Amino acid sequence: MENLDLISILGSTIRLSIPLIFTALAGLFTERAGVFDIGLEGKMLFSAFAAAVAAFMTGSPWLGLLAGITVSVLISLIHGFASITNRGNQIVSGVAINFLASGLTAVLGQAWFSQGGRTPPLAASARFTEIVFPYAAELRDTGFLGRFYANIISGHNILTYLAFLAVPASWWVLYRTRFGLRLRAVGENPGAVDTAGISVTFLRYRATICAGILCGFAGTYLSIAQSAGFVKDMSAGKGYIALAALIFAKWRPVPVMLACLLFGFLDAFANFMQGKSVPGIGEVPVQIFQALPYVLTCVLLAGFIGVARPPKAGGVPYVKER
Amino acid sequence: MSTASVPLPNWITYGLMPFLNLVVAFLISGVVVWFIGESPLDAVTLLLQGALGNGEGIGFTLYYATNFIFTGLSVAVAYHAGLFNIGSEGQAYVGGLGAALASLALDHYVPWYVTMPFAVAGAAIFGATWALIPAWLQAKRGSHIVITTIMFNFIGAAMMVYLLVHVLIVPGKMAPETRVFLEGGQLPKLDWLIAMFGGKLGPAPFNVSFLIALFMCVVVWVLIWRTKLGYEIRTLGASPTAAIYAGIPYVKTVIITMLISGGLAGMMALNPVLGASARLQVEFVGGAGFVGIAVSLMGRSHPLGIVLAAILFGVLYQGGDALSFDMPKITRDMIVVIQGLVILFAGALEYLFRPAIVRVWQRFGKA
Repeated sequence: MENLDLISILGSTIRLSIPLIFTALAGLFTERAGVFDIGLEGKMLFSAFAAAVAAFMTGSPWLGLLAGITVSVLISLIHGFASITNRGNQIVSGVAINFLASGLTAVLGQAWFSQGGRTPPLAASARFTEIVFPYAAELRDTGFLGRFYANIISGHNILTYLAFLAVPASWWVLYRTRFGLRLRAVGENPGAVDTAGISVTFLRYRATICAGILCGFAGTYLSIAQSAGFVKDMSAGKGYIALAALIFAKWRPVPVMLACLLFGFLDAFANFMQGKSVPGIGEVPVQIFQALPYVLTCVLLAGFIGVARPPKAGGVPYVKER
Repeated sequence: MSTASVPLPNWITYGLMPFLNLVVAFLISGVVVWFIGESPLDAVTLLLQGALGNGEGIGFTLYYATNFIFTGLSVAVAYHAGLFNIGSEGQAYVGGLGAALASLALDHYVPWYVTMPFAVAGAAIFGATWALIPAWLQAKRGSHIVITTIMFNFIGAAMMVYLLVHVLIVPGKMAPETRVFLEGGQLPKLDWLIAMFGGKLGPAPFNVSFLIALFMCVVVWVLIWRTKLGYEIRTLGASPTAAIYAGIPYVKTVIITMLISGGLAGMMALNPVLGASARLQVEFVGGAGFVGIAVSLMGRSHPLGIVLAAILFGVLYQGGDALSFDMPKITRDMIVVIQGLVILFAGALEYLFRPAIVRVWQRFGKA
């Protein structure tokens, strides 16, 4: 392996991890509240589309972000209406949202812009662009630490830094506030929460809204920070990888970030390895890296790396009376 | 007291409610069509003409329906045991490998009716194998089958792409697919069946798999409602604790149910691989596994309902294709929207109208 460029791999690891971190944190809120969320993928796609359309129309990335979050929250509320109020099957509802997202974004994109489901390319002013920290350019050529500063600490867009802020923020909300305590309780034993006089329904709705906001960031990142516009089906299974990361992290905030970084690293490493050959082994097929996050998660679920215990009331609609 | 526990007659639960849900799903689809500036009525006319207007259209409709019958049955069998097999997609994909290997091995030597049983067995065994690990994880380790089957969809997709790109590809060719099977490795078309009704099949790939699918419907009906295993499966689905208390072996029943479910999903591969394209291609499943979820939900997990729902989705698929030719503004993705709405209203929101219906029923129906 000639010139294994660690810095550039780590740089792209971070870029590829950001949507995973936002989305997995979104799943953390809903699943800890006892609502399964297979629809993360769809929410990400919907918000990516909304953000790209709004940013194109208004020229402002912030309005794009607002649109992405708004749409994602609305979709979350549909999921909530189906699975909390109507006590429907939460998995079916998630599958429906994924179908709707994949279809509706493509249909509307084609009808509005006639570019094969894409949105028109965005100008740099309508996107979240890289923030260059002071002295990054000067330090770029001063050895490993300088390059680390220039390429990994500096040079990302604002959403990247927000993602890393969202991790401690989620931790604080879930473990240090009354809302978080109740949210975790409602995922384990909704009956007890109800007996204490707290509305299970309202709590779970608030949890899905939190998830909608976070998914909105993830989708916005995809379409107007990482790329310059929406492309059909651009979430490409990231919602499911985030779900795997959530399980891999055993439903805890800081491990969620680490798992997302690990899966992002696998992705970046696969890109790097494409077409290169390892001495003695030959070319490693890229499919191995693509399957690895899922294989690792299944191995974890099989109980070979500790035990992943999901929230007890997950997936079960709460019935107050019979 | 809420309206949830008021009993309703069967014709409302199994007839009126699904019908109302479907109507709402189609009404919203119509709104989407209207929103992008086309006439919903014209769209429906074009769609129905494209799907049912001539022999070729019907052939394509039934070809798609065949896929959905298999995956619908797959989802339904697992659903009867209270298991949500979301992995029919991956099981069908891997099942294609089994079917293709049988054809590749035999097509030089024997006619199709000798190859067929081997291909059926190959597809079913490979599909079942792909369901085995998620089933074992669910039964022994308690990890949720929805999660593991999703993971196995992706693992299966990666594995199949690897095999097609590196192993099964024809040397010197660019396309990641196997060689074309000879006639001995293909399933013949059912042009005589369409001709019996006075139509012409044309190039539509409607083939013998359809008859296999109908046969499997009968098999599944017998299995679920007329055998001891079926009784155990349904008991497990109704109440796992009661089933265990009654002495039904949990681990064994879960694993066998999932093997059957995976096998049915795998057999779906016969239709596109042996019946239509006569070779194994990347992504040949094309979402049929997920459509199976909608089909099974709409068909209330009963083989008869599944056939009807599968034909409905076949009409949507073929009609949608025709529609996208005539109305370029409405792309094929519109079908995905309709599917999503059908899954949302017929599945997740299935009780949406129940409280209102209960109130009407209590007021007028009983008296």
